[in-house]
Amino acid sequence: MTTPAAVSVRWRLRQPSVIPGFGLTLGFSLAYLTLIILIPLAGLVWRSASLSGAEFLAILTDARTLHALKVSFGTAFAAALINVVFSVVVAWVIVRYRFPGRRIVDAIVDLPFALPTAVAGIALAALYAPNGWIGRLLGFVGIKAAFNPTGIVIALVFIGLPFVVRTVQPVMEEIDREVEEAAATLGANRFQTVFRVLLPGLAPAILTGFALAFARGVGEYGSVIFIAGNIPYVSEIAPLLIVVRLEEFNYAAATAIASIMLALAFVMLLVINLIQAWSRRRYGHGA
Amino acid sequence: MDVSVRNIRKEFDRYPALNDVSLDIRSGELIALLGPSGSGKTTLLRLIAGLEQPTLGSIFFGEEDASHKSVQERHVGFVFQHYALFRHMTVADNIAFGLTVRTRSERPPKAEIRRRVEELLDMVHLSGLGKRYPNQLSGGQRQRVALARAMAIEPRVLLLDEPFGALDAKVRKELRRWLREFHDRTGHTTVFVTHDQEEALELADRVVVMSQGKIEQVGSSDDVYDRPNSPFVFSFIGDSASLPVTVEEGGIRFEGKETGIAPGAGDIAAGEGTLFFRPQDVALVTDPAAPALEGRVATSRRLAGTRIADIDVGTPERPHHVEIEVPLDANAAGGASIRFRPTRWKLFGA
Repeated sequence: MTTPAAVSVRWRLRQPSVIPGFGLTLGFSLAYLTLIILIPLAGLVWRSASLSGAEFLAILTDARTLHALKVSFGTAFAAALINVVFSVVVAWVIVRYRFPGRRIVDAIVDLPFALPTAVAGIALAALYAPNGWIGRLLGFVGIKAAFNPTGIVIALVFIGLPFVVRTVQPVMEEIDREVEEAAATLGANRFQTVFRVLLPGLAPAILTGFALAFARGVGEYGSVIFIAGNIPYVSEIAPLLIVVRLEEFNYAAATAIASIMLALAFVMLLVINLIQAWSRRRYGHGA
Repeated sequence: MDVSVRNIRKEFDRYPALNDVSLDIRSGELIALLGPSGSGKTTLLRLIAGLEQPTLGSIFFGEEDASHKSVQERHVGFVFQHYALFRHMTVADNIAFGLTVRTRSERPPKAEIRRRVEELLDMVHLSGLGKRYPNQLSGGQRQRVALARAMAIEPRVLLLDEPFGALDAKVRKELRRWLREFHDRTGHTTVFVTHDQEEALELADRVVVMSQGKIEQVGSSDDVYDRPNSPFVFSFIGDSASLPVTVEEGGIRFEGKETGIAPGAGDIAAGEGTLFFRPQDVALVTDPAAPALEGRVATSRRLAGTRIADIDVGTPERPHHVEIEVPLDANAAGGASIRFRPTRWKLFGA
């Protein structure tokens, strides 16, 4: 760090404030994040750094690795997209309408948070397998919904649902009725009000929900492995491939794949955060 | 556009918010709906806009029965107290919204919309701010954007719900004057809701005073201030004092004693009633033999060019206080006894 910047940071830290404790809490937060997140992740990167550049590149460009990464990120992305559409509808129903059982619906949304993911995976696999209740029905129309990437998407939709609902819900609750009424007096029909006034206002929250669901989906392991079928080159997710490598005592390869996942996830979350920061600045949310 | 409200009743959960309200608004008029909170003024405005549906009664726009028309079909401009701007849109997009949501056949071409927006921005003195977002504007500017947005659809009636309620006193005064000019320039039939009587009296052609779901009086500022037709209007508009009195032998008596004044035309001729008068409409009586209201000064305070005295005119058992204006040279120290008579008053039957 250059001297002037250091000086200015110091000066700011020393500013008297009515909310004291900045130094203490920041110090604690950094120490905490370091212990819980940064050191394990740094260990991961350090471990994979024991590989030479060529070896690392070989693992990265290995067809099986590439496929696993593609499956992981692709299904997580698709599931997050599906969740964005349907979770917004669920949040809308919970927020806007008063009906018997609304509290129960509201509570059901949180179940994927609480349920052991393996249980979810087994339940979903049983239902969507070709001989399961839903799988059989889907079989009639020629859709195979388990033991392929479609199955992975279904599991990830289940896992990601509460993330989108719970991020969109509070923002939706704050929508001012007057804004909708204003749109109506200006001649906008319901469709135009929803798509031109309400949803754009919710966009930052929806984007956050998407990011959370996506990030969760990329890292999800427990529920996916039961429904995915885990066929290499088809429905093998990157986290599973890491476990496979570990079981082969190929620690270097496992950490290399993990590092790549880490880098990809970090870049994507960073981009989404930047888009959000930009839209916040622009529309003054929370201002 | 004339607007006629006929025998409107509006209930919320069986509780009547408006009870048999009728009102004729003439084309080009600037009308204020004035009343305390809970008087039904905002409900009446929302009924005209179509944001609420009446339980009974009808609303006519000109000759056309608009009672069952949707908000969209009524074509009214509505300005909300808290602006209700679309904050993800620029000021220009906000103003253009009403035009861009029209069906393709009715929608003006893009260049025309742009031109209209520029014109409206100019009209509300916000030229050059079209690319800003609402959160980058001050409260007064936002309210003017809201007005421009409402005007963009060339509404048949302009309705404003407490338009200046959320603004500070100075901006409020400026905008008040500005709205009057704006109305005179555009000639739109305009109805606005306010609980600020100063605002209503200064701004409106006619003031509609409302209380508890009913219209108490409709009239010019002079009418409602000088000729209030009910105890409510008398006490709601301006400062006033009231005393329980009886009318006997053609004279008004307070606590059994003659006051030296008699009921006017239209007042009750006998029996119990309430006497209303304004603090400035009194004269001190110096002749100790002449009948008058008498009491002791409880407190007095200097108010710009006058002095306001709080007089205890009752008996120890039944205290009554009235506030009157006293000349600066009169003795209005605490405890001084004082005799006065209203010069203008109004008597309402009990």
